[in-house]
Amino acid sequence: MRLFATLVVLGFRRWSTYRLATAAGAFTNTVFGLIKASITVGAIGAAGGELAGYDALTGATYAWLVQALVAPVNVFNWAELALRVRDGDIAIDLARPMDPQFAYLAGFLGRAIHQFIPRGAPPLLAGALVTGLALPSTPLPYLLGVVSIVLAIAVSFSVWWLVNLAAFWLIELRGVLTLNVVAMGILSGLVIPVHWFPDRLATVAALTPYPSMLQAPVDVVMARAEGTAALGVLAVQAAWLAGVLLLGRLVFARGARKLVVQGG
Amino acid sequence: MRSQAAYRRSFVSDLLGSVAIGLMEFAEVYIVFANVDVLGGLDFAAAALVFALANVGFSLADLVVGHVDNLPVHLREGTLDAFLLRPLPVLAQLVTSDVSLRRLGRVGVALVILTVALPLNDIGWTAAKVALLVLTPLTATAVFVGLFVCAAAVQFWLVEGAEFTSAFTYGGAYASAYPASIFSLPMRLLFTFVVPAAFTAYLPVLVLLDQPGPAGTPQWLGWCTPLAAAAVWAVALLSWRAGLRHYTGTGS
Repeated sequence: MRLFATLVVLGFRRWSTYRLATAAGAFTNTVFGLIKASITVGAIGAAGGELAGYDALTGATYAWLVQALVAPVNVFNWAELALRVRDGDIAIDLARPMDPQFAYLAGFLGRAIHQFIPRGAPPLLAGALVTGLALPSTPLPYLLGVVSIVLAIAVSFSVWWLVNLAAFWLIELRGVLTLNVVAMGILSGLVIPVHWFPDRLATVAALTPYPSMLQAPVDVVMARAEGTAALGVLAVQAAWLAGVLLLGRLVFARGARKLVVQGG
Repeated sequence: MRSQAAYRRSFVSDLLGSVAIGLMEFAEVYIVFANVDVLGGLDFAAAALVFALANVGFSLADLVVGHVDNLPVHLREGTLDAFLLRPLPVLAQLVTSDVSLRRLGRVGVALVILTVALPLNDIGWTAAKVALLVLTPLTATAVFVGLFVCAAAVQFWLVEGAEFTSAFTYGGAYASAYPASIFSLPMRLLFTFVVPAAFTAYLPVLVLLDQPGPAGTPQWLGWCTPLAAAAVWAVALLSWRAGLRHYTGTGS
């Protein structure tokens, strides 16, 4: 556990070097938040003021919270492992006296913790000023929300890990990574709340870990899922996390067995 | 260019990825209209037309100059100096250094949606409207190309803050795919007169459908997309020149 904590801190410090990049990212998240909030509010207005339990204020809040979580959850890109597999550096990771999946998860969490405030606060602040935010006034949703956000980040890691492992069998991964981003983009609730999906698409989403990455934590923080319902959401997230992590371990073991490091 | 098709399996998977991105963007519009009939005064067919026109424009621009986004990498690694030594305009070299054919996938998706959406709309065709429809994707491409070059020019100063400009290039593309009438007035003015996203699809579609525009952006602006493109290009080329003059190398 101490080792894990150290690795988390190192992940944090690594990312805290890029200050201007972080500010730029936060700015972009905020502008996209403006556009997304306009779309959700516009759609809710067109539906007569209420859509699948969201009114204009909660709909806007949804968009802003998603924008605040996009960076910590790391929706758009994680190819570190794939690059190390491709250039053979993975051999170094295998020689280290710790489990690679565990070490990379720690680095991923450290990065997320670093991004949480500087990338999360500006969109929420803009949201509070522009549309107002509908957030619960009791502490419980926030406590559960923190757990849910950590689980969401870990689920995102576990899926990225699995996708990256394709590098053991394929040379060029860009297409595969893009497909993952696309699936995540639709099914996680990044653009439109999963609750708005037509039935068939909602079923598809429920069969994937993606809603556990954004829809779930936002539901818990906004207290759309309260009490036992919130615990149910956390349980679903934890189940996906355990399942996908385990699958990732099995695939990694197979990949490592057939690994031939290219070059000398 | 031929080199990109050489690794056929990689190219096909890249192409599929690009198609999937186009479909993902459209899925968003589709899901919204699964819940409502009209958004910002437009029905599904009209919104699909806006989406398609905006996407043809953006994805063509992305295909041709999307990689100027990589300028910060050239700046950091000093590889831009190689471009400076050759007797050709730097911008032209940068543009031709990597035209990404895989992005054709997204162009294809947008064109399919355009051909499906057009007959679904009730348009009183005149010669002028046909001309507008043919011209709009081209001028829209020009607008987005201009935006990409503006963004690249700013990188000479930002380097590490490259993502700032994504808010206007990709953000502009995102905003352009929706009826601008859903935005609040300040945002609508921003995405019309500062970042001319509304000119690439929404305003021309208003003209095609004979619909009045929302306050601040009247319908006749739909004819002015070439002007918007010219304005963006002027700003883009001037700031590119200024940026290149500002560049002093990364040292050896």
